[in-house]
Amino acid sequence: MTPKRKQKLLLISLMLGALSLAIGLTLYALSANINLFYSPTQIAQGEAPQDREIRAGGMVVEGSVERDPNSLKVRFAVTDFAEEVWITYDKILPDLFREGQGVVAVGRLNAAGELVASQVVARHDENYMPPEVAEALKAAGQMPDHSPFQRPAAEQQY
Amino acid sequence: MWNWLKTLYHRLGSPKWFYQITGSWLPWFAGATLLFMSVGLVWGLAYAPMDYQQGNSFRIIYIHVPAAFLAQSVYMMMAVAGVVLLVWKMKMADVVAQALAPVGAAMTFIALVTGAIWGVPTWGTWWMWDARLTSMLILFFLYLGVIALREALKPQEVAARACALLAIVGVINIPIIKYSVDWWYTLHQPATFKLTEKPAMPASMWLPLLMMVLGFYALLGWSVLLRARAEILRREFKAGWVREILQRK
Repeated sequence: MTPKRKQKLLLISLMLGALSLAIGLTLYALSANINLFYSPTQIAQGEAPQDREIRAGGMVVEGSVERDPNSLKVRFAVTDFAEEVWITYDKILPDLFREGQGVVAVGRLNAAGELVASQVVARHDENYMPPEVAEALKAAGQMPDHSPFQRPAAEQQY
Repeated sequence: MWNWLKTLYHRLGSPKWFYQITGSWLPWFAGATLLFMSVGLVWGLAYAPMDYQQGNSFRIIYIHVPAAFLAQSVYMMMAVAGVVLLVWKMKMADVVAQALAPVGAAMTFIALVTGAIWGVPTWGTWWMWDARLTSMLILFFLYLGVIALREALKPQEVAARACALLAIVGVINIPIIKYSVDWWYTLHQPATFKLTEKPAMPASMWLPLLMMVLGFYALLGWSVLLRARAEILRREFKAGWVREILQRK
């Protein structure tokens, strides 16, 4: 490589390096805003604002779903396996909504610390499998449940 | 092997050689595209088992994932071509970059649209401003920026250098797209396929997906060669060898 080309290559790498650093720091500083939702732990610690709409995410706690027999009203808890947040909702839930499923709810926290949701979306995990395999795994009690809500616990294990 | 690659690289740097060498590659890319895509589509859409939670709507993965792969790798190829143009001043690199941009933009668009269509039944919303979706949208705008920049600037050499620079700078977005699902809480799920782990999907589902990915890459090769060859003829229309080719037909 001629010295001139070397210099140019170095210049491009330096530019890219400096720019990555700047963008990296910006993203790091803004990470609270980039996160799509607050985890139940963050809400329990009071990190989520009370006076405006927020998004809360977590796994629907098994056995926590209470449906009102006369309306669409539903009340359920989501967890990150450290804290829980209760969510109330009165519209149609997505098809994928079920106990043990990851969900993200948009809404405001009320005085009791419950999230009154205006929208609930289901979150799909990265595992795909045919129904028969899922049945077999469930029967054997080996259903994989990777989800971002479990990540802190998983990291502690390893 | 290394010397052979080096010779090929230098030959492809000449428009005339590029045109002559790649002519024999076209049918191979076309054949591979048709073969892999037809096998992958029929296998994935008709024979692969459905997902236990999403049912049949998961099958959109056979378009969505290859398109998203390509959207990102095409951008990286464009950035590499940009470095080659700026450092080694190889003009063919710019022809390739110009050929890549609309293909990459189309793939990004397909990935965004199929993701939104899948999002409605699965998530219950077609769009949310999470880090993965937003960074992918930024990628789409970067492609549009590169395409527009080329049209906006004259002469051609200036436009080529500006496009190369924008492509190189924009490459920072690629690791952000890739790791967005790990760095932040997002609605989009983390990667099913990782280099270090077994895929979180049985072979009956990922084999057709592999076919589709190979088919999409072959389609990329095919379309980019076609576009690059047409661009060579346009740029070199004064050269004797181009006139010869055109008169022969």
